[in-house]
Amino acid sequence: MSQFHQVFFDETDEHLATMESLLLALDIAQPDEEALNAIFRAAHSIKGGSATFGFSDLTELTHVLENLLDRIRKGTLALTMPMVDAFLHAKDVLQALLATHRGGDPVPEDDVMEAKRALDELRADDCVAAVPPVEAAPVLAPVAHRLLIEIDVREDVDVPALIDQLAAQAEIATIQQGSEGGVPWVLEMVSELDEGEVAETLAFAVDPSLFRIRLEQGVAEEDGFGLFMGAPAFPEPGIALQEDGFGLFTPLETTQDPLEDEGFGLFHPLPGEGAPPAPAKPAPIAHAEKSPAHAPSAAAAENSIRVNIEKVDLLLNLVGELVITQSMLMQSASYLDTVEHERLHNGINLLQRNSREIQEAVMSIRMTPVGFVFNRFPRVVRDLAQKMDKQVELKMVGESTELDKSFIEKLSDPLTHLVRNSLDHGIEAPDVRLAKGKSPQGQLTLRAFHQGGSIVIEVTDDGAGLDRERILAKARERGMTVSDSMTDSEVWNLIFEPGFSTASVITDVSGRGVGMDVVKRNIQSMGGRVEIESMLNFGTTIGIHLPLTLAIMDGMSVRIGQETYILPLSFVLESLQPRPGVPHARMNPTEGILIIVECDDTRLALLVDDLIGQQQFVVKNLETNYRKVDGLSGATIMGDGQVALILDVTTIVRSNQKAQAQAAAQLVAEG
Amino acid sequence: MDHAAVADPAIAAPRELLVFTLGDEQYGIDILKVQEIRGYEAVTRIAGAPPFIKGVVNLRGSIVPIVDMRIKFALGEASYTPFTVVIILNVMQRTVGIVVDGVSDVIQLQPDAVRPSPEFGAAVDTAYIEGLSEVGERLVIVMDIERLMSSAEMSLIDVARRAQTGQQQGGSINV
Repeated sequence: MSQFHQVFFDETDEHLATMESLLLALDIAQPDEEALNAIFRAAHSIKGGSATFGFSDLTELTHVLENLLDRIRKGTLALTMPMVDAFLHAKDVLQALLATHRGGDPVPEDDVMEAKRALDELRADDCVAAVPPVEAAPVLAPVAHRLLIEIDVREDVDVPALIDQLAAQAEIATIQQGSEGGVPWVLEMVSELDEGEVAETLAFAVDPSLFRIRLEQGVAEEDGFGLFMGAPAFPEPGIALQEDGFGLFTPLETTQDPLEDEGFGLFHPLPGEGAPPAPAKPAPIAHAEKSPAHAPSAAAAENSIRVNIEKVDLLLNLVGELVITQSMLMQSASYLDTVEHERLHNGINLLQRNSREIQEAVMSIRMTPVGFVFNRFPRVVRDLAQKMDKQVELKMVGESTELDKSFIEKLSDPLTHLVRNSLDHGIEAPDVRLAKGKSPQGQLTLRAFHQGGSIVIEVTDDGAGLDRERILAKARERGMTVSDSMTDSEVWNLIFEPGFSTASVITDVSGRGVGMDVVKRNIQSMGGRVEIESMLNFGTTIGIHLPLTLAIMDGMSVRIGQETYILPLSFVLESLQPRPGVPHARMNPTEGILIIVECDDTRLALLVDDLIGQQQFVVKNLETNYRKVDGLSGATIMGDGQVALILDVTTIVRSNQKAQAQAAAQLVAEG
Repeated sequence: MDHAAVADPAIAAPRELLVFTLGDEQYGIDILKVQEIRGYEAVTRIAGAPPFIKGVVNLRGSIVPIVDMRIKFALGEASYTPFTVVIILNVMQRTVGIVVDGVSDVIQLQPDAVRPSPEFGAAVDTAYIEGLSEVGERLVIVMDIERLMSSAEMSLIDVARRAQTGQQQGGSINV
């Protein structure tokens, strides 16, 4: 079964993530019923899956968790803050256990016991008197279910092998051998797993539409959920799984809350109790409802595939070649008469459109919403705020902004660092905030948006802000050459120096001065930059600017001397040829063309000899075989096979600013 | 690639060297480092690059820098005709082209046939020379082309990148 482990791991990851985000969003006083149900379902799916694959440590913990969650959603237990804490902790332990099964470091036994004890305590605290003592009930009481399983015969499903695998976990007997003529396999299975759990197991191997499972009535004495039989609102055994979508054969009339099986209500019209094991009858219905009625696990597996990133990169390269070929064709065809070769021109135009669409589609494969990084922060902020006794409200804006997948992974550490910094140094303790006339609750905002050719991710807090004097004092203390005439942004940049920290108290959260330099380095290695804006007592915004390192970009080709250069279109505002009479012109710009570019709110005119055209260019890295060249961001291949270099407008604008600043400084020194 | 054989003369397998001429001298380089030989074609010049780096060309989709060895070692006449030869090398997981005066042949060399080079006045620094070898009437200078191309004086590689060898990015995406 090991080939299904990966699927299980991935799914469990997803379930845990869902659980966490829902738990964090829960309103303790008035928990959303839907959310509670969803949390319960996630826990339940993890339990089912882990039981199937024999990860008993996961099963045991989720089982306890699930029971608690079930009572909460049934309203027999009131949700409290400690509960959410305990649930989150349990989730962490589950994640760690999962990592162990994936081959990571083993989780200390104590952690697991601790998490379980915390949950048990919660249960004990609020236990309804009628409930039998929990300690007495063994975790996962061994209960037997007699299940009838039918599997349709299909060529790609190796039923005997499946039976062998199932036999390892349960008593199984073949009642009817399947054959090609449409006769399904009928198996009888006696196991601890209930029908939902078995169905989830099978779903890993067989398309859910191909099998049906029925719980033999009257045989199952009690199932794993029987622990809380005494609880007044607890449903009959055997129906807790309706929301799994496999409830095909369960007695539907006992459904208590129609909300429970949201999305799966399609099964309602089925005759519940008396549903016959006959193969033909339920099958077509299951087929018809295939997509909406699938269990979440199966749906996720069908709607997404995991692809090695190298394959995507290869695809991207090939599309790049295609774009080059297409522009080659276009260039050749441009010499042909448009009337005479109308069809050729039409074809080439079509090709251009198609290749652009292919390219966009391929690019979008690599793009992932920035929400994937943001999602971890509600938890981080909550934990840290609790630890530091601060009140913080986290706002996230622009989570759907898409970013290259490789950036997403590399962003998470620097962002975590910035968020920790904001919480530790930025946002003050509630009493300090009140004294400053601010609301006791601090605001932390994570924002992602596009700006020109780059993506900006900002971490903003309304905390203390950076203290210019303290930073300068600290810098002097460290023997750095600083002066009071430095601009704010120059002062802020000092905090990127290795080992620089103005924190008066070193906490285990931050303050050791390792970090900002690492943040800067990480961002720079992605080709981005970090910018700080800060105002004492009003807060700090740290912006991460990342290039859209799209492998293909729109650009303007220009001629300078005999060489062709490419200007990324995103920087170009306009191009013009000035009329004679521009004062103080050193060269004669009237012969060439000025291209106005904008970068960092600075506009600059670049003088070029000629505009050649505007098209898409495939960005090739110069550093693959050569080295980084200042002022160039890469190279591309033109339609005629020649290489053209891509200008790095940002560097050009900045080097110009630096030159200007130096010239100005010299003027001041001389004057 | 062939480092073990280079380092260990005890391995008896003969090496194959590609011999090219540069000025009056003949140089041999490990043929396993050679990707292909082609004619010189127009390059795209790079601003700020040293004069011996002619620029970059498009080699079937990859951007390859071209180094003119004649300019680098002040040998021969740096003219570009349809007969000018470019040797495309694969060194340090990179592709680099070098312009030489001509390519003559491929020779087989027994490992013990390479004699240590005396401190002579060859155009190329002895640090990049493995030794000398007599092949018939000819004297071939065996060059460690990988070391030469990755050296700082060729300025082909960023200092930062010289330390880290091509890191492979792994992982997968959920589509």
